[in-house]
Amino acid sequence: MMNNSFAQPMWSNGPSPGQFYNFMGGNAPTQLPRELTTAGPFGTKHSTAAITTGSSVVGIKFDGGVLVAADTLVSYGSLARYQDIQRVFKINNNILLGGSGDFADIQSIKRNIDQKMIEDQCYNDGVIMKPGELASWLTRVLYNRRSRMNPLYIDVVVGGVDETGKPFLGNVDMRGRAYNDYVVATGFGRHLALPLVRERKPKDRDFTFEEATNLIRESMKVLYYRDTRSIPQYTVGICTAADCSIKGPFKVEENWTFAETVKGY
Amino acid sequence: MSTIGTGYDLSASQFSPDGRVFQIDYASKAVEKSGTVIGIRGKDCVVLAVEEIVVDKLYEVDAARRIFTIEKNIGMAIAGLMADGNFVADIARQEAANFRQQFERTIPLKHLCDRVAGYIHAYTLYSAVRPFGLSVIFASWDETDGPQLYKIEPSGTSFGYYACASGKAKQQAKTEMEKYKFADMSTDELVQSGGKIIYQVNDEVNNKDFRFEMGIVGRETNGVHFINHASWSQLAIEAGKAAKTADGDNEI
Repeated sequence: MMNNSFAQPMWSNGPSPGQFYNFMGGNAPTQLPRELTTAGPFGTKHSTAAITTGSSVVGIKFDGGVLVAADTLVSYGSLARYQDIQRVFKINNNILLGGSGDFADIQSIKRNIDQKMIEDQCYNDGVIMKPGELASWLTRVLYNRRSRMNPLYIDVVVGGVDETGKPFLGNVDMRGRAYNDYVVATGFGRHLALPLVRERKPKDRDFTFEEATNLIRESMKVLYYRDTRSIPQYTVGICTAADCSIKGPFKVEENWTFAETVKGY
Repeated sequence: MSTIGTGYDLSASQFSPDGRVFQIDYASKAVEKSGTVIGIRGKDCVVLAVEEIVVDKLYEVDAARRIFTIEKNIGMAIAGLMADGNFVADIARQEAANFRQQFERTIPLKHLCDRVAGYIHAYTLYSAVRPFGLSVIFASWDETDGPQLYKIEPSGTSFGYYACASGKAKQQAKTEMEKYKFADMSTDELVQSGGKIIYQVNDEVNNKDFRFEMGIVGRETNGVHFINHASWSQLAIEAGKAAKTADGDNEI
């Protein structure tokens, strides 16, 4: 008889005498996900803090598109460790992603998303992911991770346009909370840039591209002045129906002449 | 094949006394029945072109596509069994994704080709499996390696090519291709040549009804593989139809 390594020994996986055969597959015990099992006698500890971090991301919606900006700093604690790292990414022709929080987690999720884009291309059905869909997917991933007590320490801004050219701008945080608005920000930007932008919002209309650009410039300046985890260099992603790209790096227009008058620190 | 039925063709795990593995020969027969597929390599571009024979008018227009995208810049075309092709495309995609996950860059085509060829070869070694009835052509372009073209046979052998063909009119296409100087060709010229060859080798008597399919990747596509890209496909089809009518005139 022919011999080959694919052939199973006769009656392997068969029932022991007196038992019934399991037709639905092997008798392998189902393994819990690794996050839910204890690794050793003292249990498992998941990460409880971000190590290398990116600070604020600011996104502003305007008529016909979105802008997403972040400085190019990745800190190691309070040390300005990596000063030329882009934190705004182009995902595809419709989506921009700005990442803050633990940069390793950002890189990890970015790899995942990039692979999804390649899958999109492989399907070759002309359907490509829209920003709203990516934001929704991120909520599911991040919420799952927090439910397993093993969150990704990230806070992301998702922006872009859909197939009709309608802009989308949203924020998803490390626990899967999400919201959309005409302006979103993470980190210090939420305290400093959000009110600054909201103050200038005309009630009856969207921002124009020019207004949005000026507000980004202003926000990045304020953030540089007031956020210690920032540097005066940033990149801006722009996404409209016609174009989706990352611009920059730009420099903050610093002016420290007023510093002479500042006393009491 | 006079030895058919002598018992050595029932398993892929046994040689015949004259040194053949008949299951592989039969797999090649499945490839020869398929519509012609060619791959050609230009200066800064690679083109895959397929003569998709319409066997049933009731199929949707995009049914049974034989060109696949494996990675951003990698295209794959098959001649042979459609179902085997879908499966191997999936294997190739997994291989590419796995490489990307480990090394954070696109898999070099030579590497991918070796991996897939190894996989296909494994299916020629055991009695419990049958070989793939497939000839697989891979095409890619990137800045460092330029245009690349590889073909894998049902036996699992693979080679790099300047131009290659499989399927019904393989011989005819090869003779035709030898007349060209693909290596110096611009993208437009290459696309037109692809169209010409497929239209020329099409058997007007038996398979008049066919669909032209094309995959293209090169510098001018920004290193992205496109299947049936509107403007380039049109260019190829026009060139093909023009060549066909010119040929017809000569014959009369």
